[in-house]
Amino acid sequence: MRRNKEQAAITWLRIGALAAAVCLAGAGLMRREHLEVLAKAVRICLECIGIG
Amino acid sequence: MHRDRMKKEKGGGKISFQRKVQFLSAVLLNGYAAGFAKGKLFTGKSKAFCVPVLNCYSCPGALGACPVGSLQASLAGRRFPFYVLGLLMLFGVVLGRLACGLLCPFGLVQDLLHKIPVPKWKVPGRIDRPARSLKYVVLLVLVIFLPAFAVTKSGVNPPYFCKYLCPAGTLGGGIPLMITDPVLRELAGFLFDWKVLVLVLILTSSLFIHRPFCRYLCPLGAFYSVFNRFSFYQMHLERTKCVGCKACERSCPMAVEVTKNINSPECIRCGKCRSVCPTGAISGGFSRNVSGIPSEGSENMP
Repeated sequence: MRRNKEQAAITWLRIGALAAAVCLAGAGLMRREHLEVLAKAVRICLECIGIG
Repeated sequence: MHRDRMKKEKGGGKISFQRKVQFLSAVLLNGYAAGFAKGKLFTGKSKAFCVPVLNCYSCPGALGACPVGSLQASLAGRRFPFYVLGLLMLFGVVLGRLACGLLCPFGLVQDLLHKIPVPKWKVPGRIDRPARSLKYVVLLVLVIFLPAFAVTKSGVNPPYFCKYLCPAGTLGGGIPLMITDPVLRELAGFLFDWKVLVLVLILTSSLFIHRPFCRYLCPLGAFYSVFNRFSFYQMHLERTKCVGCKACERSCPMAVEVTKNINSPECIRCGKCRSVCPTGAISGGFSRNVSGIPSEGSENMP
């Protein structure tokens, strides 16, 4: 019985985390944050390569 | 059956499933071969997507964005990083640290170095356990707190982790670009020397200790480890089949106590334990059952 309850709780935690992840990524896409990522990723990051 | 399994794992110089996936992932994530020759970065739209592993976006071959670099850049802009955090959580909740074990190119480099036959070190527990917490400090301080709040005199928030610690950036981005671009070579100074020193230290340690960067320093591994216990991908140990030989624990590259805590935050789901288990008691896959809560017949170890 207790096992089933724990299993159910963790299943809900998983589903909740998955839903939160999708919502966050979706909100980010709506705010066009992926374009900021793109803008950063297509230029040489001087800090990353040790010139910084 | 046991002999067959062991033969498959050790004999004949066969490449393991993990290694094949690791190579494939490294090639796919860094598939812009022309970039290495020209010393130019790929500028296609796929770079708007964060890959699930530490793979520098300044690597000339990189086809996607590094999530850790992107997270720091978003935080530096004083905006809540919805997109990057959402993707990281998505990878975490689906895979846990499977991305570390199977997909990470820097993990592959460390794995290959550890194959070199030199004496191996077993880090004593009193050093190993507290040192593993370092990666959480790296995540909180160098990836989140400093990039968000520490502004330099010139008014910018640098990506502190990338700037001072990330060895993947030096190996995948810094060195190939320095080789092909004389202007960048001219600009290289103390910081580059420091980053090369960090890289050399980590790569040298990899000869003696399995995956030292993943164990002690990787902020992405620290983030994913939070999800290991309840991610959709889970490792399972069938207690009825387990004979307690501890072959799994001896083979584990992350020194996880497999029979006690198979879905430990330190488990990178590389599958070594599964391949050496003489009775086939260990399995891994996407499952409804989660760690610590045994279901009928098979048991997920607490």
